[in-house]
Amino acid sequence: MVHGEIWTVKELFVYPNEYIYWSVQIVMYPFMTGLVAGAFVLSSLYHVFGIKELKEMARFALVFSFALLFAAPMPIVLHLQHPFRGINVFMTPHFTSAIAAFGIVFSTYGAIVASELWFLYRKHFVEMSEPLKKKQDKSLFEWIQFFIFCSLTLGVYDISEEALKKDEKAIKILAGLGIPVACFLHGYAGFIFGSVKANALWMTPLMPVIFIMSAIVSGIALCILTYIVTMEIRRFLSARKAAGTAGRMVEELKGAEINVIRMTARYLLFFLIFAITLELLDLIFRGYTAVKSWDVIRSVIYGKDFIDIFVLQYGVGNLLPFILFLLPGLTIRRAVLGVLLVLFGVFMMRWNVVIGGQAFSLSFAGYMHYHMPIIPHDWETFKEGLFGALGIFIMPFILFWFISKIFPVFNLKESH
Amino acid sequence: MKNHVLRPLWVIAGMIALVLVVRYFYVPKDFGIHERGYMYGWHREGNIGDWKKVSVKYLGSEYCKDCHPDKYESIMTTPHAIIQCENCHGPATGHPTDPPKLVIDKSRGLCLRCHALLPYPTSGRANIRGFADPESHNPGLECVSCHNPHKPSLEGLK
Amino acid sequence: MKKAQMISRRDLLKNTVKGIAGLALPLAAFEIINPRSLFADKDDKSKVRWVFLVDTYKCVGCGLCVKACKIENETPYDANVTRTWVERYVITKDGKFHADSPKGARDGFTSSKIDLGMGKTEDIRKEDIEKAFFVPKLCNQCENPPCVQVCPVGATYQAPDGVVLVDRTWCIGCGYCIMGCPYGVRFFHPKYHTAEKCNFCYHRITKGLKTACVQACPFGARQIGNIKDPADPVTKIIMTERVGILKEEYGTKPQVFYIGLDKEVR
Repeated sequence: MVHGEIWTVKELFVYPNEYIYWSVQIVMYPFMTGLVAGAFVLSSLYHVFGIKELKEMARFALVFSFALLFAAPMPIVLHLQHPFRGINVFMTPHFTSAIAAFGIVFSTYGAIVASELWFLYRKHFVEMSEPLKKKQDKSLFEWIQFFIFCSLTLGVYDISEEALKKDEKAIKILAGLGIPVACFLHGYAGFIFGSVKANALWMTPLMPVIFIMSAIVSGIALCILTYIVTMEIRRFLSARKAAGTAGRMVEELKGAEINVIRMTARYLLFFLIFAITLELLDLIFRGYTAVKSWDVIRSVIYGKDFIDIFVLQYGVGNLLPFILFLLPGLTIRRAVLGVLLVLFGVFMMRWNVVIGGQAFSLSFAGYMHYHMPIIPHDWETFKEGLFGALGIFIMPFILFWFISKIFPVFNLKESH
Repeated sequence: MKNHVLRPLWVIAGMIALVLVVRYFYVPKDFGIHERGYMYGWHREGNIGDWKKVSVKYLGSEYCKDCHPDKYESIMTTPHAIIQCENCHGPATGHPTDPPKLVIDKSRGLCLRCHALLPYPTSGRANIRGFADPESHNPGLECVSCHNPHKPSLEGLK
Repeated sequence: MKKAQMISRRDLLKNTVKGIAGLALPLAAFEIINPRSLFADKDDKSKVRWVFLVDTYKCVGCGLCVKACKIENETPYDANVTRTWVERYVITKDGKFHADSPKGARDGFTSSKIDLGMGKTEDIRKEDIEKAFFVPKLCNQCENPPCVQVCPVGATYQAPDGVVLVDRTWCIGCGYCIMGCPYGVRFFHPKYHTAEKCNFCYHRITKGLKTACVQACPFGARQIGNIKDPADPVTKIIMTERVGILKEEYGTKPQVFYIGLDKEVR
């Protein structure tokens, strides 16, 4: 079978070589990079604009953004027909192609996040490595710890007030610099689609902007969600410990703070409104100008994909969380539901763009139906199917757990 | 006191240098901007030679003429003269060395490509004699059982 | 305290300059800032520019071109992809549009039933037909190929004689070129898993032979020529007779010209 043939069903007049080549992994890729960009912008809101209520969230968001960064290229690696040749993008980039920007943008963004994390955690590395350096007989685990923290100091052991002030300034510059880079990271993903003149649904100058706005929305939503989950788990664990050691004075953790959530949710709403406005604008323009492709696109948007677009994306994914967040007296439970729906809505937006753009033939006289492989029966139906997509989605959480061992997110005595 | 702020920058510079070293060994020397400029001509020049080396399979009826003059002459006087020998007899490739004998396509489907009547106005197809309902005419039988492709006129029926 | 700050500022400036100079090195390595090669002319000292001519009046939909192409270019015969194909268009008296291309016309058109996909067909009666015809299609080897523009690694490119080729050893299989082609001529090769498309039988035309489809066509519906040779019969037709091109609104400047191109052709 030809690549794409197994999950494509053609209807009416479709060119012989047309199949749904860009499947669920290409939906996951902008979704993941959107989370990366959004998480970073959220962390920068504190470092650059000094919004003090977001301090706890900021460090958390930055570390999570780093975990996401390693998961983000995975959909591409799984999608490429020759994944090991993926380095060709770094070796012989053809910059007339938006995808070639991947190499530069990802590397730059990775460098900025890594540098910012270094400045943020430098003191912690020094404080961890110095006692280990002094210790004479180290266990294997301690040797590994010593090696990791020592190399992470990059040979700088000065943690005086003056040095730490320089760190703060560097963080501020990097966070400020990182905002446009994060926008570029996701904007170029939107450009990948928006610049394809051959695809009547994708081609619009609004595409990069729509992608960036919804990316920020998803990043903020994910951070709210993970913040709530993590804080509640910690509170549960410490409460259990307190109950077990009755009589001992243990500091009681408060769990997720509703003020932080309310503050962050306000920014979420702002970007959500922006994203919806742009998408509706695009739709209105298409209907008004009614160019050659409008007949077939209309039949896809208002016919075949009506439920995916209006019910799932706009209704469940945008309108419902909008109402949930606007109603007064936001509770943690309502916030969790709201962000889950928002994340679903952002995912559906990517789905409706990528899959929707391939739902009609280049002939404008036929359709292609996408049947995502659910139960895999070979490597291809796994990596380009439901389980491949789920694996990608879980990956950052697993990575976050490992990374937070080196970059601890909580219980840090000082914070920049 | 050296400024520790620039320490990450040196790490990054080191990584870029590493990438450039790897690139020197990995990228073929003939890869670059060629005649059509950077947008349309960014490639490995040796690939053009690769494509020129692909083997030729179809040699054309003129190639068959020298060894098979009788077959060639016989079909040339008929309306089937316009059909290449290899369309029915398969590609010559290395014939007669390899393959020594060509496999002839004798299927009904081959003849029906033209002789299933499709009465399309403005298309040359409407002018070709054929069956509107091919299955009504000796279904399952090979056309060449009765009709000789080298003498397709109905007078040449076996 | 102030003195220490001043020294570090000077250091900062020095290091910034060093940094920028250091960055120029990788950029030069990419040959991006070499103006001569960047603005390299498309002023073309090449004496050949391949063009193709299709006469849709002559095409009968026999599909012998598709069969010959598959064998000549080693595209797996049973795979549902092909470098060239023929489309059938039937416009009925009620104004309805019907079109199909079963297996890309590898086995020709042997039935009046239109293939609607999903196992369905529609039979059109002779008396309902207003007009019907066949349209062969292949890669247009565009003058401004959008597929080449979007290749991230330089695996697909345009040769000096106009033919767009794919480097099978370099293609990473991202599929961007396939999405970028408005004509749908590209696909993934089922065996090599790299992008694939018609390349005007480059191995034949560079030896003075005709493409496999041009040679195989019994009715002369397909012809290949060199637009830079004024004596070429194909050039003469393109220059002096009325010919059409596909989807010219995309600005790709396709180099496959059609005689008898109807408004209904997609």
